[in-house]
Amino acid sequence: MPSITAIPPESAVLEARSLSVVYDAEPAIREISLRIPIRRAVAFIGPSGCGKSTLLRCFNRMNDLVPGARITGEVLFRGADLYAPGVDPVEVRRRIGMVFQRPNPFPKSIYDNVAFGPRINGYRGDLRALVERSLRQAALWDEVSDRLDANALTLSGGQQQRLCIARALAVEPEVLLMDEPASALDPVATQKIEDLIYALKRDLTVIIVTHNMQQAARVSDLTAFLYMGELVEYGPTQELFTNPREDRTEAYITGRFG
Amino acid sequence: MSEGSGRAHAPGGRRESAALRTAGSGPPQDGAARFRTRTRLRRGIGLAFAILCVAATWIGIVALGVLLVDIWHDGGAWLSWDFITSFPSRLAERAGILPALAGSLWVLVLTACVAFPIGVGTAIWLVEYAPDSRWNRIIQTNIANLAGVPSVVYGLLGLAVFVRALALGRSILAGALTLALLILPVIIIAAQEAIRAVPVSIREGAYALGATRWQTVRHQVLPIALPGILTGTILSLSRAIGETAPLIVIGAAAFVPFVPARPSDAFTVLPIQIFNWISRPQAEFHHLAAAGILVLLVVLLGMNAVAILLRNRYAKKL
Repeated sequence: MPSITAIPPESAVLEARSLSVVYDAEPAIREISLRIPIRRAVAFIGPSGCGKSTLLRCFNRMNDLVPGARITGEVLFRGADLYAPGVDPVEVRRRIGMVFQRPNPFPKSIYDNVAFGPRINGYRGDLRALVERSLRQAALWDEVSDRLDANALTLSGGQQQRLCIARALAVEPEVLLMDEPASALDPVATQKIEDLIYALKRDLTVIIVTHNMQQAARVSDLTAFLYMGELVEYGPTQELFTNPREDRTEAYITGRFG
Repeated sequence: MSEGSGRAHAPGGRRESAALRTAGSGPPQDGAARFRTRTRLRRGIGLAFAILCVAATWIGIVALGVLLVDIWHDGGAWLSWDFITSFPSRLAERAGILPALAGSLWVLVLTACVAFPIGVGTAIWLVEYAPDSRWNRIIQTNIANLAGVPSVVYGLLGLAVFVRALALGRSILAGALTLALLILPVIIIAAQEAIRAVPVSIREGAYALGATRWQTVRHQVLPIALPGILTGTILSLSRAIGETAPLIVIGAAAFVPFVPARPSDAFTVLPIQIFNWISRPQAEFHHLAAAGILVLLVVLLGMNAVAILLRNRYAKKL
């Protein structure tokens, strides 16, 4: 695929090579190869069950936690295989953060939510400052600065999701994986998350799974279209949406299926 | 104009309510013929069920109330500070319950100290660590079965293992270990359920931040599961404090004229003392037994109060 070779390996932060995942003999993704360029936002789109979340979860080894999941192929993170023996998934997950579909704050204070990651990872610095910086980065600080001790569950859904983003940012990841981060939110909260993604890619790489094509078009630089476990097309977002090379891509983005 | 439209509307409304009343008869209208809604009947069934539930609740409350009043009637007058601070005696007027009360508290504390960590540890392993294998399922099934084994059997086990093989004698420790075995399955099952009830999303959230399995369990899963674990533990301890049979089997004494001072001492417990008094022919001792039951109930209530306090403290922290 020409678009893959268009990204030189040295500018790629993540690269999948013939990556396949099987859940209990049920193939989820097949032989996917793609490169994720550094400090860009990349969107994975496709109909439900196409394997986009599975692919995303390979990048921080979350699939390790799924019983019956078998992963073959390679995922290179800055040139080193994440699945090589001796690689600790715990360390991988600190450097490659994740935000989930439904906001999942811990039932603790706002402060403790953000401070949890740094604490368990042995952060040796000013924790309060780090918490504030992370909350500012997630555009939540102004709304919660006067009630950091309040339970995170008292926040609205959109605020909870931004808290989860702040929590992920607090361990200073190089990549942030987002699995349909706005699908449980209203349009205003969605807008805030999208603005956030746009701002975040100055500092880190963002990969976002979405089945909202407008969202993909708005926030991402590159888009990958997956269908039935296969990577159908991958390229600059504008190109993919205005001039898709594959018939299946065109059918999907014009709403003829999925 | 407005009058006309108002008149035009009224018959329509009437026709609709007529259709509702005569649902099932007449020409099919708005699907009315295809649904036999029978709203009245459905509401009636709902009401009947609610009444049944209230009745069930009251049966329990009334039975308990009658029991309490009866016991209070029998033993209330015999309940005094002297009764609580005296040793058992051949003379009913001078007999007290102190050694049994102390023995029960000793056994209770030791049982909790043994059963809680082992039970919660087992539950954590089974839910969080053990692979979902045939072996794991066999263990699960057996734990569930063990919860149903008669307590006398645990007494025989305790007699063979703790009293004889480990040569602990007829001590508080042997009794506490026996009761710990007895309640372990219940604690394990309750703790497992509480741990399983913690949403997967919480675990994933912790793992995604680079938490190890232990950090995830320790900082996120256990705090959320703790109220449920505590409830199960307290309920099973309540059962342990009322157990008589296994302690009789391992040879807890019926007559203990001293307050046990260490786990290796001989002991008796409240239920054994109560049973001992009830089985005497003199009526005075039956009153003593009733007073003993009241003491036992107060201990139980105290335990449950502690449980509720602990639970609220942790619930508030969450």
